[in-house]
Amino acid sequence: MCRGSPDPLVTVAGVSQWRGRARSVMTPAIRMGLSIAIATGVYGISFGALATVAGLDVWQTCALSALMFTGGSQFAFIGVVGGGGTGAAAWAAATLLGVRNGVYGMQLKALLRPRKPLIPAYAHLTIDESAATASAQADPAERRRGFWAAGLGVFVCWNVFTLVGALAGNALGDPRRWGLDGAAVAAFLGLLWPRLKGRDAIAGAVVAAFVTIVAIPLLPPGIPVLVAAAVTAGVWWWRRRRRQGEAAA
Amino acid sequence: MTLWTWVLLAAASAFLIKLAGYLLPQSFLDSPPVTDLAATLTVGLLASLTVLNAAGSGQTLTADSRLLALLAAAVALRLHAPYIVVVVVGALAAAGGRLVGLP
Repeated sequence: MCRGSPDPLVTVAGVSQWRGRARSVMTPAIRMGLSIAIATGVYGISFGALATVAGLDVWQTCALSALMFTGGSQFAFIGVVGGGGTGAAAWAAATLLGVRNGVYGMQLKALLRPRKPLIPAYAHLTIDESAATASAQADPAERRRGFWAAGLGVFVCWNVFTLVGALAGNALGDPRRWGLDGAAVAAFLGLLWPRLKGRDAIAGAVVAAFVTIVAIPLLPPGIPVLVAAAVTAGVWWWRRRRRQGEAAA
Repeated sequence: MTLWTWVLLAAASAFLIKLAGYLLPQSFLDSPPVTDLAATLTVGLLASLTVLNAAGSGQTLTADSRLLALLAAAVALRLHAPYIVVVVVGALAAAGGRLVGLP
């Protein structure tokens, strides 16, 4: 068909082309990233509320969401502080839980090939959601779009809803009456659940849970979590060595 | 050190770990089973934090309405409920337990 022709067929083709362009702004990766951003962002409310219940002020709560920006570590930090642990124990638990983000960083570097000046921005937005959205795409450009949509989307929603939750948490009064301590339990179980795939993961979780129960009465608050992490890593190392031994035999 | 110091230190550590992932040479990812250990550590820490929040109070173990929350959340997860629903179910279970007079 020739360009500029008044032929109605061409007009139809032009319209569908325009629609195609409009659709290309919302690629599947962007749509996936944004829906994850909204779903994740909303539970920023529970983080904000639980953080103030744990004893952080509104500014400290918002600083964690803006600067630390990795939900699991943030929950770990306030979980230890709320349980009476020291700041140092909270730091250690949050940092150990953040180790997986380093692995995501390595994978995303290979997957997205970011330009050097942008690496700090990529690093800050490297979380479960952006890593998952990027690696779910097949096309390199789509991977990048998915990363930014999920990363920026979660960043905006997570911070806004953290503030809402922190203000609400402050206004609620006794958190136990509202079951907010139960919400914290559910929040951690919800983070753990999707990772319980395979015998190794389940064994690791059982070992960590058992060690925690034994350690709580014996050690200062906050330390049992770190001991559980150390024992889990030890068991992992032992199982790996045994498997290697079997492979060699 | 104040809580603020630890908040900022923890935030800086979290960022540096993320950054290290981008700056470390690829061979580091390939040689030791880093991915596997990180996944194992994550599971261990989350399991420990779940138990701590469900049964710990300071240096004692207590059985109270939080165990109801744990159970209710597990049921919700089993039924493939979205995360936010799981959190709300946990809160409702604990609040419900206290409403009927449980500790």
